[in-house]
Amino acid sequence: MSAVIEEHHDDHHDHKPTGIGRWLFSTNHKDIGTMYLWFSFTMLFIGGALALVIRAELFQPGLQFVEPEFFNQMTTLHGLIMVFGVIMPAFVGLANWMVPMMIGAPDMALPRMNNWSFWLLPGAFGLLIASLIMSMMGMGSAPNFGWTFYAPLSTTYGPESTDFFIFSVHMMGISSIMGAINIIATIMNMRAPGMTYMKMPIFVWTWFITAYLLIAVMPVLATAVTMMLTDRNFGTSFFDAAGGGDPVLFQHVFWFFGHPEVYIMILPAFGIISQVVPTFARKKIFGYSSMVYATSSIAFLSFIVWAHHMFTTGMPVATELFFMYATMLIAVPTGVKVFNWVSTMWKGSMTFETPMLFAIGFIFMFSIGGFTGLMLSIVPADFQYHDTYFVVAHFHYVLVTGALYAIYSAVYFWLPKWTGNMYDEKLGKLHFWVSTISVNVLFFPMHFVGLAGMPRRIPDYNMQFAEFNQMATIGAFVFGFSQLILLWNVVKTIRGRSTVKATDQVWEGAEGLEWTIPSPAPFHSFTTPPTVK
Amino acid sequence: MAAEPSNKQAANRRVIGKLLLAVVAMFGFGFALVPLYDVFCAVTGLNGKTGSQVADFNNMQLDDSRKIKVEFLASLNEQMPWEFKAVQDSITVHPGQPAKVDFIAKNKTGKDMIGQAIPSVSPGIAASYFQKTECFCFTEQLLKAGEEKVMPVLFIVDPSISEDVHEITLSYTFFIKPGTEEAGSRVKTSSVSKTSANYTN
Repeated sequence: MSAVIEEHHDDHHDHKPTGIGRWLFSTNHKDIGTMYLWFSFTMLFIGGALALVIRAELFQPGLQFVEPEFFNQMTTLHGLIMVFGVIMPAFVGLANWMVPMMIGAPDMALPRMNNWSFWLLPGAFGLLIASLIMSMMGMGSAPNFGWTFYAPLSTTYGPESTDFFIFSVHMMGISSIMGAINIIATIMNMRAPGMTYMKMPIFVWTWFITAYLLIAVMPVLATAVTMMLTDRNFGTSFFDAAGGGDPVLFQHVFWFFGHPEVYIMILPAFGIISQVVPTFARKKIFGYSSMVYATSSIAFLSFIVWAHHMFTTGMPVATELFFMYATMLIAVPTGVKVFNWVSTMWKGSMTFETPMLFAIGFIFMFSIGGFTGLMLSIVPADFQYHDTYFVVAHFHYVLVTGALYAIYSAVYFWLPKWTGNMYDEKLGKLHFWVSTISVNVLFFPMHFVGLAGMPRRIPDYNMQFAEFNQMATIGAFVFGFSQLILLWNVVKTIRGRSTVKATDQVWEGAEGLEWTIPSPAPFHSFTTPPTVK
Repeated sequence: MAAEPSNKQAANRRVIGKLLLAVVAMFGFGFALVPLYDVFCAVTGLNGKTGSQVADFNNMQLDDSRKIKVEFLASLNEQMPWEFKAVQDSITVHPGQPAKVDFIAKNKTGKDMIGQAIPSVSPGIAASYFQKTECFCFTEQLLKAGEEKVMPVLFIVDPSISEDVHEITLSYTFFIKPGTEEAGSRVKTSSVSKTSANYTN
């Protein structure tokens, strides 16, 4: 095992740069991965705080804490930060850390571009959050049109800070595109000898496909915000009916980006689960090639379903039926994946360490989100569900108990490899159980209020929804604060004073190149490529 | 895979080149969605967009076996200070029967203004069967300060329209022609109000 590893036994022989320069000028995939993950973690707490403002306001009907105008800014920035600032950077961070180690590469293919991709992000989110800070200081409104920034809310009626938002989205887009190019180049050109495409770990495969999705749709997002920019400032009328434009066009352009974006946020999660489940079931993944094909099918289908977000804008029946059936079709490859994970566990020698708990939680609760998605795809039903809390429940099940749970699973799974120390299993399990109970108290009642007709993005509601909203708010605060358990556990593991040292393999059932190098992973790994049989 | 470093660099450059090309292409595709969308709407009648030219209906047969109720809506874009209404709420016609309806617009402001009416037909599947031979929406309308104008619309419903359509709604929204707003308009930026000043001079 260690025959493939060079003489990296000890950090002191690793020649790490020191001081702030190590991070500012870093071209090391591990350091950049770490920065992505900490950035994402920070944003998680900021975006979470905004969510708690929303939930506090919704604890009771009527207006309690914030003005409706500020409430709108909360929903907008919560969405933007969680999507672009938490889920996406966390996945890019995991890709940075793990893809080179999993394919036996010494680093990413384009290390300097890697540095640039990361350092655009603090700028982008600095701008976005600056607009919120200015809003709190009474200097105009932060973006308040929802994370989907529909025209004309964001064009004709957008606050001054919309231009901050546009520039911020441009920077995030450039960052994502560069990250994607880097990942594709790494996977195509840096694989160790013998690592054929169909031998790559599923996480690498899912990221490979995700990167192509990013390349295809982030430019379309850039188009949408560019058109907004010129509509707002240079007298064009892309989305303004008065000048011959059409606000519905905005929704088409946005969702042409937005739907593949949804899969950008879930495919890497599928990859993580496909690494974790076999490890703790101590079996090879069931149906490796069907996993690859299912991922590709989902990626393809994601381009032809976008109008299911817009059923209520008015479309011919034939178009609605097309988008309905195409959407339902996605359940097939997704079902293949869930089937494969369950089959991998079937008759496995399972143990339930924290990564596995989060993975099983993912499979269970992501499926709930998948089923509500199927309900939403049905055109006549969607007319009732559209823009209600049912939709909010749906996408939080797939994004929080889906994408975020997969990220948690990955963090617990690979943290010992990153730090060389085992995390505190008791704290990990506590984090899982408190989170899982509270997240269901938080999001499950939203299904009911949604079906009963409570609209999303409104700070007030009818008395009849009060009990379920109170439950949701209590769940939200418990869930929010229980994430501090993870923070504490991560800090404790990094310090490593009271924890067990991790072995190279870390987990008994772990297979793959990343487990053949020492723990903690040396600063430079696989400077001589390993040979994969 | 374990290529020489120089080969690897060349390979990376090829990948970057191709992917950047894809990025640029997709950025362009986003803009291409604008004309594509218009073509798609024109072909399908989606969005209730009706033709903005004079229709030709010389060879249309009168179908007096069925009737279609045509309702009229007149609305103003929120920045439009005019008054605008249809003389009748609705009329009932046979498919193939030419009909005329009057709309009245009044410029209540103290200065000359240009407006443009945008038609929309609902349901969308009826849009391509709703033919107009004369319409104030074909051209921009100049109304002097305080002027009131009666504007006729001549239309005919194509008899080949689906049997399922019993009611059609024709709606017009009057917009201020972009660039000719009143001074102090809330949303447009200063560059636009400059052109509006030029116009009124």
